[in-house]
Formats: sequence, structure tokens, C-alpha cells
Amino acid sequence: MSDRELIVVNKNGMYCPAGDFYIDPWAPVERAVITHGHSDHSRVGMGEYYATRAGLPILQWRLGEQNFHSYDYGESFTLGSAIISFHPAGHVLGSAQVRIEHDGHVCVVSGDYKRQPDPSCAPFEVIRCDTFITEATFALPIYRWPDTALVARDIVAWVDECKQNGEAAILYCYALGKAQRLLAELARTSADAVYLHGAMLRGVDIYRAAGIDMIETHAVIDEARTGNFAGKLILAPPSAAGSPWLRRFRKAQQGFASGWMSIRGNRRRRNLDRGFVISDHADWPALLRTINETGAKKIIATHGNTDALVRLLNEQGTNASIFQTSNLLQTESGEDD
Amino acid sequence: MQRFAQLYQRLERSTAANDKLAALMAYLNTAEDNDMAWAIWLLNGGKLSTAKNKLATTRELREWIATESHIPLWLVEECYEQVGDLAETVTLLFDEPTRKYADRSLTEWIENILLPSANRDESARREVIVAAWRELDFSQRFVFNKFLLGNLRVGVSRGVLQKALASIFDLDVSIIAQRMLGAWEPTSAFVATLRDESSTGMETSAAYPFYLASPIGKNIETLGPISDWLLEWKWDGIRLQLILREQQTVLWSRGEERMDERFPEIENSAAMLPVDCVIDGELLAWGDGDNPHPFSVLQTRIQRRKPGAKTLSTAPVHMLAYDLLELNGEDLRQQPLSIRRERLIELLASCNPPAIQISPEVVAASWQQATELRTQSRERGVEGLMVKRRSSFYLHGRKRGDWWKWKVDPLTIDAVLIYAQSGSGRRSTLFTDYTFGVWDNEQLVPIAKAYSGLTDDEILQLDRWIRANTTERFGPVRAVNVEHVFELAFEGVNKSSRHKSGIAVRFPRILRWRHDKNAAQADHLKTLAALAR
Ligand SMILES: [Zn+2]
Repeated sequence: MSDRELIVVNKNGMYCPAGDFYIDPWAPVERAVITHGHSDHSRVGMGEYYATRAGLPILQWRLGEQNFHSYDYGESFTLGSAIISFHPAGHVLGSAQVRIEHDGHVCVVSGDYKRQPDPSCAPFEVIRCDTFITEATFALPIYRWPDTALVARDIVAWVDECKQNGEAAILYCYALGKAQRLLAELARTSADAVYLHGAMLRGVDIYRAAGIDMIETHAVIDEARTGNFAGKLILAPPSAAGSPWLRRFRKAQQGFASGWMSIRGNRRRRNLDRGFVISDHADWPALLRTINETGAKKIIATHGNTDALVRLLNEQGTNASIFQTSNLLQTESGEDD
Repeated sequence: MQRFAQLYQRLERSTAANDKLAALMAYLNTAEDNDMAWAIWLLNGGKLSTAKNKLATTRELREWIATESHIPLWLVEECYEQVGDLAETVTLLFDEPTRKYADRSLTEWIENILLPSANRDESARREVIVAAWRELDFSQRFVFNKFLLGNLRVGVSRGVLQKALASIFDLDVSIIAQRMLGAWEPTSAFVATLRDESSTGMETSAAYPFYLASPIGKNIETLGPISDWLLEWKWDGIRLQLILREQQTVLWSRGEERMDERFPEIENSAAMLPVDCVIDGELLAWGDGDNPHPFSVLQTRIQRRKPGAKTLSTAPVHMLAYDLLELNGEDLRQQPLSIRRERLIELLASCNPPAIQISPEVVAASWQQATELRTQSRERGVEGLMVKRRSSFYLHGRKRGDWWKWKVDPLTIDAVLIYAQSGSGRRSTLFTDYTFGVWDNEQLVPIAKAYSGLTDDEILQLDRWIRANTTERFGPVRAVNVEHVFELAFEGVNKSSRHKSGIAVRFPRILRWRHDKNAAQADHLKTLAALAR
């Protein structure tokens, strides 16, 4: 069997005929190999779930009790005639690349990944392969992430500025991954406790249980309704923007931590006071570097700005193509940028 | 240039004029004069790259950045499409400097590095600009690219900039505005002229700061004998200062804006005045009728330079003169009002300029009689009475004691809350901008927007109610259930073809929340329409 047929796309998602399983399928199927717990990658309704041990508590939180099979990173298992193993993707706690080997060919599905250091999850591991299926969320050369420690310092300075104005500092970020990464980064930078929106609590508990060192947190709800949040950093999911929940803060500045904040227009359109560039995806240099390091002869891009990346790779003589993931089926706001 | 880049960032982040003002003052207070000159130039909309002074075209910048970031031109285009701003795209595509360079001043960048490269061949200009990119960090590179490509467009109004300068130089803003008029070069010599205290008032077109009346918050009888006071109608137009010096006429509005060329009627009449003088008065749209046109007619003239014959005939303007501040080069402001007014009357009588007339005295023998006269205000198209102490000097700003405005009580109406929107900036967590409607048959038609007048507790209570009673959303605007009635106050009602209701209310504000009324008891449009003029 040629490597071209090791993974295909059909109406349910990415499918491995040799192993008769799907990777992060978007419709109910019998066997699903899951890269990580974000809602555009893991869904309810699958017969059996194959996932990492480190990511299991997150899947249990997100999907409830399901028929899970979990494996350590690097541990091989067999489905049909394919040999499968998970390898760290550096995206969020328990996130994985999926390595599939069949008939001497190796294909790696990256899932979402990043190359920046992240104190809240295992670092990305380069896996040599013949075919590399890479995400392309931020696949344009304008996306180049600053050093996370510098961004954390900017956040602390912003909170100080809010304190001087008697304002709360509300920072929107995704509840799974980004929030915990920020809390872990802040544990190195700042001493002040951080307050959490209710949607953040469970994820933070799971990370703490996994032994991730994060700054002290309190639930916003535990403070008196008229509690004074001036000068406090509050993490909230993006969906809290414009909601009645904000009323208790009276005077507040609002910021957003996301790779999209690289572009001023994105911040201004959302009417935010501040944007902080911090992403759990690979930026442009990391994408090119990773593609190169895998040694893959064939690259398939999926999720995001695939066209530009594929055109460039082809112009440079690399065999590259696109997997059309149905945008309609992805969650509209994508919860993990 | 670090400090200028920081200023740019602060200006860009702030939405409130006060924050912008504070940021500007913080920068200007400590900037060197030559940097300050360039900062003022750039913030005032000045450009570096012009047809005569070619630094880089947008095509060149695209090509240079493609080469420098080792990507094809089409990919630069793709990026530009995602970003929507070329200066920002170019900034994002360039690598951050690998080491820290010593800061160079804004002036050094512009005068020693950029401008000397102007009009040189492409490779020479390119070398200069790419070298600059290598040295500048993100925020500096961004402003650098911004002014390379055109103007900064950071949302600083001329007014805020002038206010900041006036405040750091401790000068009147009209003087700053005056000195920034016309062509000037961004040099430290220019900054020295800007801050020069000695020449205050010497310039031929410098205006005097306006003296403003305060609302009288007490019983009018407490002012003492009415014979000590001059009464005039409180005209509803634009306060205007007419300056005639050395055969040159200059018009200043109270917003510290020059109004030259907008009102030829006034300028023609001014040309008839026999001597240099400065007159304070009110600009009104006034045709042949007994009363002035409503303010909305004047509005059609305010921003129009060199109006055509049609405009001049449908909305002719007229100045009612209040005061004479200067005559024949002599500053009269320390003379009593009675003397100033006498000389003003003489001056106007000597030449009878058709579009400039004295604001007539309202003669009343007692406060009682004055109070009765005041009730005619609305039908006369005025806002009430002005009460000025006859012995008063012409002060500046709003100083209580000698000049009072005695407005008629506002009109009030009960209206229903129909739409709500969140406030801007720091108040954006709450719904604080409201639209109110009154009944027109079975329908509620919007008649006013109001932002203020409720207590903090009421705002919170109403916010909660709005969220629970939203019936429809149009973008940021929410339609709400027809339920709550508010008493609104306003200064007047004009007919308006621009509004669905056919009327426009002036200065609406919320007086109180009428918990005692239900929506059916709110007022009707025809009541308001009857008041419109
Ligand atoms: Zn993800």
C-alpha cells in the first residue's frame, strides 16, 4: 500500500483504511483516535475513543464517560494492520500527534501543535515520517510569536496600570489550555492571585491535579457580589464579553490573549483595550521548521491558511496538498487559537 | 523615537479625549523642541513622503519587504489582505532586531536619515530604509512605516493637540490655534514661536478668550436692583468673535475654530466698519422674519466654505453684536460693560452694516416684569434672557458673579424606553445609551437619545432589566419590551426632515424614571410636533 492512501478524507473526517479508524472525526464513527480535548477535535458520539493518558481527564470533563482506551506517549498499539502511537504536540495538556505506520510507510498527523516552550504541557517532539499532515491555523509569515515571558511581563504591567486607574483587568482567553498556560507563566512572573470566571474552574483543577504549577487562583463567584476587583487580573472565556457577568466589575479594561491579536484590526473590531499575542499553535517559522525537521516527502495542510502554505511549498519543490476540513463543521469561533 | 512610538501606542489605545490629552501632554512636556516640532507636524496630519520628496512608494515597500523576509511578492499580498494595513504588514513581516540599539531621536530619524535619502535612486533609498528596519523594534518600526507611507491617522483631533500645547505652554488655546494656521516648518524655531509669551495679542488675527455666562441657580431677585443689570435675549446661535485689524477680517467661533470664508455676509458688513475693532456676538440664521431661523438652518452653513447664491438666500446669516473688546488697537476689556456697549452702538450707527446689528436691550422696570418678558422666549425663538452687570469687565472663561444666563425652564415629556446600547470605552460593560419613543397612533416613534441623568443604581437596575427584556438585536442595539417610562427634559423642538418622527429635540436628557407611569401613559408625537418650529 502506498503512503498516499494511508490517510484519506471522507465525509466523517480523516480516515485510515488500514486501521479502520478516524482521527478527530466530526461525525459519529466506530473508532476515533483523538489528538486533544478541544471541541473542534473531540466530539461525543463515537463508539470507541483512543487517546493519551495525559489527556484523559480533559476528555472525561469535556465528553463525559465514554469508552476510552488511553496510552502513554510513545506507547504503540495496533488497530487493524496499522501500528499507532501518540507523541507530544506541545499544544495543551495531553495533546498528541498521531504516528501511523503501515507497510513500511509512516504518516504523522500533527493535530494542533506549537514549538514554543509551555510550562503546562509536554514539549513537541519531532517524528520523522514520510507524510506529515500539519495544521495551518496561522500559516502566514505575519504570524511570528513573541517570547511568552515578555508577553507575561506585559500582562503584569497592564494589570498594574489598571490598578492605578482603579479598574479590573479582564483577560479573555480559552478555558482549556490558554488559561492554564497563562497561570503557569504568571507563576514565574507575578505574585498576585488571579480570579477566574466559572467556566475556567474545572480546567484549572484538572491541570492542578496533573501537577502543573500555576499561580494562586480564586473563583470570581466566591468574592462578595460587590467585591472590589480593581487592580485584579480576571481570566474569562471570550464568550463572557458583552455578557451580564461583566456588570460586577463596573470599571474594567478588557484584553484578549490570542494569536489573532497580532493584528491590530482584530483587537479594534472587538473593541478591546489590549491584545496579547500568545498562541498555542505553531507560528509561521515553527511550521516551516517542523515540516523540514520531519523529513517528510509529502506535506498535507489542514485547518486554516492552507492555500498560501501549500502554494509556497510547491513553489519550493516540496510535494504539498490540502485536506479540506469542512469549515461548517468546525466550531465557529474555534476555541483554541 | 521610543517615546514617540509609546505616545502613538497610547493614543491608539485610548478612546476618551481626556486620555489622549493626558498622553500628549506627558510627551510634549518632556520632548526636545525639535522632536516636539516633528511630533506636532506628524500628529497634525503632515506627511514626509510627498511628490517632491520621494522616500518610498507602496510598490517599493512591498518589493523590499518581500526580499528582506525571503518570501515571494504574492505572499506579501496575501498577508496584506489579512492585515488590511500596509505599514502594519511590513512591520509584522520583518524580524525583530537581535540586539538593542541606542535610541535615536525622532528628529534624527527624519532629518539625518530619512530626508537626506529623498529622491535618490531606488537602491540608495532602499538601503536607508532597510537599515532602519533592522534597528527599530516593533512599535518604532510601525510608526516609522506609518509616516513613511503617509500620515499617522491616530485619531488625534486638531483641537486636542492645540489644547495640549496651550496647556503645557500656559497660553490660551486661541493663540496656539492662530499660530498653527497657515504654512509652518517643523523646526525648534517654530516651537519657540508657539510658546512665545511676549507676543500674545500682537498678532493681527489673535482672538480674545470668550467670557461665558453661568446659569443662575438662585432666585433672580437676589441680584439686587434691576437697574444695575443689562438684559438681552439669550440667542440660540453660535458665539462668534469678529476681528478687524489692518483691513483684515477674521472670524473665530467659540470652539476656537476659524470660520473665514464661510459667512461672506458678515465679512462684507465688517468691511464697512471704519476702524479696527474686535466684536463679540452671536451668529444666527435670520431672513426677513421677526425671529431668527431655528438652529438647524444655521447648521447648514457652519461647515460650508464659499457658500453659493442658493445657500445665501435660503439661510442668510446675521450677527447680533454683544460687546466691543477692542477699538482702534485699544483693549477695552477692563472698561465697564456700559461704556463698551455705548461705543459699540456708536460704532455700528456710524456705518450701519446690514448683517451686523446690536443685540437689543430688553427693557424691564422690575424683576417681576423681566420674568413676564422671559415667558415670551420660546415664541421669539430664544432660550431665555442674559443678565449682565452693567459695570462688569470682560473676563475670560466661565466666571460666576457678573454674567448670568436665565434660561426658560426646559420642556419635558414622558417617553418610553425602546432601544438600548452599551456605552463606549470604560462604560461598555453596561447598557447606558438609551433611545426613547413617544406614541404616534399605535406605534412608538423614536424621538431622542439620552446618555445621562440616571443614578448608578438606576443604571444597574435598568441594565439588568434590559438584558432580561430584549426582544430583538440589531448589531449592538437591543430592542426592549415596551414598559418603562422616563421623563425627559429638552431645550426645544425643531422640525426635521432627517428624522422619522419629523422633529428633532435639542439637548435631551433624562430627568427621572417614572415608575408611577405605564407605557400607555407616555406622551404623543402630536404634542411634541405642536411645539416644533
Ligand atoms: Zn486545539
